[in-house]
Amino acid sequence: MLSFIGRRLLQAMFVLLIISFVSFMIQDKMGDPVRQMVGLSVTLEQREALQQELGLNDPMLIQYGRFLGRAIQGDLGTSYYYKEPTIDVIASRLPATLELSFAALVLVVLLAIPLGVFAAIHPKNILSRAVLLFSTLGLSVPIFIVAVFLMYFFAIEWGLLPSFGRGETTSVFGLWQSGLFNRDGLQHLLLPSLSLAFVLTPIFIRLIRAEMMDVLQSDYIRYAWAKGISAPRIYFIHALKNTMLPVITVGGIQLGTLVAYTILTESIFQWPGMGLLFMDAVTRVDVPLISTYLIFVGVIFVVTNTLVDVVYSLVNPRVRIPGYS
Amino acid sequence: MSLLKLENLSVTFGQFRAVDQISYTVNEGEVLGIVGESGSGKSVSSLSLMGLIDYPGKVSADELSFMEQDLLSMPETQRRKITGSDIAMIFQDPMTSLNPCYTVGYQIIEALKTHQGGTKKELKTRAIELLNLVGIPAPESRLSAYPHQLSGGMSQRVMIAIAIGCNPKLLIADEPTTALDVTIQAQIIDLLIDLQKQKQMGLVLITHDLALVAEVAHRVIVMYAGQIVESGPASEVFSTPKHPYTQALLASLPESAAGKARLEALPGVVPGQYDRPKGCLLSPRCPYATDHCRNVVPDNQGPLERQVKCHTPLDTMGRPAA
Repeated sequence: MLSFIGRRLLQAMFVLLIISFVSFMIQDKMGDPVRQMVGLSVTLEQREALQQELGLNDPMLIQYGRFLGRAIQGDLGTSYYYKEPTIDVIASRLPATLELSFAALVLVVLLAIPLGVFAAIHPKNILSRAVLLFSTLGLSVPIFIVAVFLMYFFAIEWGLLPSFGRGETTSVFGLWQSGLFNRDGLQHLLLPSLSLAFVLTPIFIRLIRAEMMDVLQSDYIRYAWAKGISAPRIYFIHALKNTMLPVITVGGIQLGTLVAYTILTESIFQWPGMGLLFMDAVTRVDVPLISTYLIFVGVIFVVTNTLVDVVYSLVNPRVRIPGYS
Repeated sequence: MSLLKLENLSVTFGQFRAVDQISYTVNEGEVLGIVGESGSGKSVSSLSLMGLIDYPGKVSADELSFMEQDLLSMPETQRRKITGSDIAMIFQDPMTSLNPCYTVGYQIIEALKTHQGGTKKELKTRAIELLNLVGIPAPESRLSAYPHQLSGGMSQRVMIAIAIGCNPKLLIADEPTTALDVTIQAQIIDLLIDLQKQKQMGLVLITHDLALVAEVAHRVIVMYAGQIVESGPASEVFSTPKHPYTQALLASLPESAAGKARLEALPGVVPGQYDRPKGCLLSPRCPYATDHCRNVVPDNQGPLERQVKCHTPLDTMGRPAA
């Protein structure tokens, strides 16, 4: 296990190196930083002096080396807009995004597994057909439509739920601003997480249904029936575990989609998370913040993919992490 | 007393009769061999005994009883209790019949727990005993092995252990050795026959292997296209086959073709769903078929213990009757 984590860390470093390189290159292509910093009244000579001072005239690779050197010390630059280290700005928004993604993921699991399993066991049932119809709908409707509809009905027409923001938050150990521990925060969480879940659930329903139907045809399920085991045990112990193998793999990939959709969801519901921050940073050409966001997302991807690998090996005995037994 | 009694059992999938009105009995301590080529309904008929025919398949019978209990009319819960305990079954492909996600021990104990119950410790001891009984070395350590860590022969032994775990009165073995190595085949069959004698189980042995049936079965049933074409004591059926199909099966054995360049084989294939002959199902392939055979469905001939479904059963010299 340790050697696995060690190797994963090395891989992660490599991935992050590439991401940092790309995000650094973006900085250069998004306009002249000096023009962002100074006004129109500054003379050409002064600008050139500033460029020289900032090291902007040095070759790209040397600049990148300098950037890396600072990055290793935990300095990814200072946000133009917030005038604070970008890491601090992002870290303050991280809890909101993670809580939103987590809530959406819980909803997806709670909805997709029972519905997918039901549709696989009773393919001809009218409810199964309805579930499939719903999933086609969910697959084809983009999230901003779903979100706007949810907002229109639940927030505006019926006035049941708040339409924007994160509501009240409580501080957990002074490190984490959480909206999960009070009624207001949870109410605010419901609509954004529901919209996120709405676009992700259909894929999983279809996947679980298709996989489960396949598994139910297999020899070991037929043998389980022949052993005289009860139907619930066969469906939920014998079939579901095998069904989940490809679902976990696809789920890992879908986490990327989740990050992308969080940007949209956060913009629509004005959810003060990383996604909204990123959108604002783009409109403000806050380049250091943009590249820091990209690096953060890279870290999230590496971490979640490692977790997915660990979970997969726990579920599937045929795959064992090398060096771990 | 007969353990299992089938009277005109049919399994239909829509219009297609996979099993067509078959009748047989299995007595306590008896080994019944069922032979026939692929698609002759051997497996489907045994699955129907276990209640494992899924929609849209339909099972119907004048009688299907086990120890004088009607299997078809009994409530589903009661039937599920018999399945896997009093009637057990082992399948053709041991490597894919065990669930890859659970350990061997888990799968053995699960079956024991379902039908007999007991404390965790008792169940574990019993599982180790069973693995011992089927000749698996170091059974304690095998309990925590996953199916992919076992060879085909080992997996089949595990399946047998699960099957006999609840002391079944009837064991159905559906081609138990087809997927195995030849050397392992003999070991598995020896094991099955040993256990059958020890426990005085009825054993239904479904196989392609005629030599095997001749050796171990008391009685044999020959199936063709979902029907029983011939049945009787194994020694008689194989020494003096009465049905042209049985004769052809025996002639197709490599042993019968010693010194010949090619194996004997019947031309053609088993009739499918849409090309069923009007008369005898074998008539398009039968070397002795007459117009009468082609137009009229033959009845079962002869006494119950030695039946043949043919208009012109063969005599002891292997020639059709006039």
